[in-house]
Amino acid sequence: MLGLHKKDFNLLLIVVVLAMLAPFILNPFPENSGLAQFNAGYPDLMQKFVIFGIFAIGFNILFGLTGYLSFGHAAFLGIGSYSCVWMFKLLGYSVVPGILLSIVTSGIFAWLIGIISLRRSGIYFSILTLAFAQMSFALCYSVLSNPKFNLTNGETGLQVYNNDPQYFRGEGSPNVPHFFGMEMNATHKMELGGWLFQFNTGYYLCAVIMVLAFYLSIRIFRSPFGMMLRAIKSNNTRMNYTGLNARPYTLAAFVISGMYAGLAGGLLSAVDPLAGAERMQWTASGEVVLMTILGGAGTLIGPVLGSGLIKYFENIFSKINDNVLHSWFSFMPDGIEDLMVTLIHPFVGKGWHLTLGVLFMLIVIFLPGGLVEGGQRIKRLISGKKAADETEDEATQSTPAE
Amino acid sequence: MSKSNLTRRGLLKTSAIAGGGLMLPTYLRAAAHSGFTNAPTGDTVTLGFNVPQTGPYAEEGLDELRAQELAVEHLNGEGDGGMMSTFSSKALQGNGILGKKVTFVTGDTQTKSDAARASAKSMIEKDGAIMINGGSSSGVAIAVQGLCQEAGVIFMAGLTHSNDTTGKDKKANGFRHFFNGYMSGAALAPVLEKEYGKDRRAYHLTADYTWGWTQQESIAAATEAVGWQTVENVLTPLASTDFSSYIAPVLNSGADVLVLNHYGGNMVNSLSNAIEFDLLSKEVNGKNFEIVVPLYSELMAAGAGENVKGVIGSMNWNWQLTDEGSKAFTKSFGEKYGRPPSNSAHTCYVQTLLYADACERAGTFNPCGVAEALEGFEFDGLGNGPTLYRAEDHQCFKDVLVMKGKENPSNQYDTLEIVEVTPRAQVEYAPDHPMFAGGDLGECNPGA
Repeated sequence: MLGLHKKDFNLLLIVVVLAMLAPFILNPFPENSGLAQFNAGYPDLMQKFVIFGIFAIGFNILFGLTGYLSFGHAAFLGIGSYSCVWMFKLLGYSVVPGILLSIVTSGIFAWLIGIISLRRSGIYFSILTLAFAQMSFALCYSVLSNPKFNLTNGETGLQVYNNDPQYFRGEGSPNVPHFFGMEMNATHKMELGGWLFQFNTGYYLCAVIMVLAFYLSIRIFRSPFGMMLRAIKSNNTRMNYTGLNARPYTLAAFVISGMYAGLAGGLLSAVDPLAGAERMQWTASGEVVLMTILGGAGTLIGPVLGSGLIKYFENIFSKINDNVLHSWFSFMPDGIEDLMVTLIHPFVGKGWHLTLGVLFMLIVIFLPGGLVEGGQRIKRLISGKKAADETEDEATQSTPAE
Repeated sequence: MSKSNLTRRGLLKTSAIAGGGLMLPTYLRAAAHSGFTNAPTGDTVTLGFNVPQTGPYAEEGLDELRAQELAVEHLNGEGDGGMMSTFSSKALQGNGILGKKVTFVTGDTQTKSDAARASAKSMIEKDGAIMINGGSSSGVAIAVQGLCQEAGVIFMAGLTHSNDTTGKDKKANGFRHFFNGYMSGAALAPVLEKEYGKDRRAYHLTADYTWGWTQQESIAAATEAVGWQTVENVLTPLASTDFSSYIAPVLNSGADVLVLNHYGGNMVNSLSNAIEFDLLSKEVNGKNFEIVVPLYSELMAAGAGENVKGVIGSMNWNWQLTDEGSKAFTKSFGEKYGRPPSNSAHTCYVQTLLYADACERAGTFNPCGVAEALEGFEFDGLGNGPTLYRAEDHQCFKDVLVMKGKENPSNQYDTLEIVEVTPRAQVEYAPDHPMFAGGDLGECNPGA
């Protein structure tokens, strides 16, 4: 179906089902139970799941296939965000031109940065991309925002004002980002027993786009072009000796993944019309690398899982403060309760980075293939046999280019 | 290898599925409108406290959180009631807000706009917060104020001192009790003229974002009006921790006053760097070199220690004030936490009470009703003397304090002394003043 092998089609089907039913799947605990703390089914977080999923899928096309480790992908995310908000400011609140422009501008930037950075590979390539990203960050944070010439609005972040021109804004069209009149922040709440499920327009738009992006990435993985990219990863020198110029292929992969990042950035602005410079900082670039490696670089579904895991930690674990801890352990005697709280305290709340770091180390050491490898091992344990067709995925596991 | 077999039937099927996907949100949107965002249904109401717990303004944020917790306690009738007994409006009963017990959730803004929006969103969408209170960075406050406007909840700004918060970035759902850069300038200029004379050359170091820009503009305008010159204005990134490279050129510039438009950890570091360069004992143009910190706070003074001696700045409120409201608040804060409250703590506490009081007077949690109750509201007994919430820009007007670092502090909290209480009339301005022009409140938004 859709030009896919049966196995890939099933994977796509799983992603579609997960994306469409996310409001149910992510809210497993009733509202009033103590475990409601761990529910993730609210619009903002669900949107982040799919948007950073798109970001990581795109990153994986570059890193997973060619092995070129870009440390500056957040720059494209930021450029996409700014483009989209500028479209809101100039044209009006329809998200379509914003998202399209964010793909185009980030593609152009990726092409420019790619031409220069791809002259080197390995660590030099990583450092070049990192340098470009930090330059973009500094430009957006400070240089391009001052009272006289304000393109990015610096620290505050670019946002839309009532007195912005919005030349094509129709009479009576909503005063928030919308997709043909459907407001992005409109949420339908459904109460079912003790559960509250939220269905958000912005989320579903992002989810549909994520599914399309995922489908496109499967097609790229399985195309002759994808095969060429893998060849670059496995032995670039040999490719050169056979008379093939690899650079146009890597440049194409770089631009495609830059456009994916731009799309993600545009969507971030579409669901929340503010673009801040922190989005382009090196920590944000590092985050997408973590996402891809956590999930499994070079696998199809891995990056989506990895981005979900990181965003979940960032938003849920960081909200567990001492009060919450005390309420969990309140059944214990006072001394032990305080001891437990002191023990767990460094790992939650502000310390969620620590938990994530430990988890990352464990995964890299024991499951080099990321969460996907974990899943495969469990599957093998259950079925009790070594699946022969896993080799195809494993051939794409990560070793950075030289 | 790919096999591309795009058939007419395949295409039709695909478009049907995609079309279905796009239709889904239309259906979902239908029932989304009822009353206003997060209307409290049970016997509790949830407030969201969004403050920096990490980053350069973390100290201020943590103090704000203490005050917010105290305010919730007082609203629920626990503790000694603090300023509720001195507040001129007597609508609050000590039984929560409109009979509903007050609960709260907290979030960390990390002093970053994106993170602040994310944490405010999660409080609104996940925890059902009906009001967001907090700030401690104007960039963050403006970003969150915009979010609250879109989401249809009230934003009670905490510590935000940029002119833009109630100037070009003002929003109908946002309210600010704290003073602003213009007021600092208007209050400081006469004192600076008296202390340091008319003929001074000022060098500005300015935090590179909306607050720094507007405060620098205000101070420069106010001091130039009394005869000072502005030699140079250097913008420094908010995330900097070492300002030595910015301080070194000051001495060669011919300036004899250094104005630090920095706040929180930034100010502590830049002031310490300036002291390390021994600026204060220098003599330039035949005059003693001076340092001015237009926006002061006791937490910064405590952080900078010895270095603040003799340095002049302005504040919204100080625990040493002797009116009944300030005494009651300082007493109940001190009893709970064993330390005097900072002015950021004060403004967050007052904002929480003002919000609760407005709900009581409006008889509803509907943001539009609350906004109406706050607009043009005159009150007293909250520590700043008679105060007005101006309807045109949702800015509070009240007296401003000019402070000076104490020469002989008696204890670690006694670092600043009040030089002058600048009367409200002196710091007032028209809503369409050029420094505040270009904004539009828009319509109040009750949300879904």
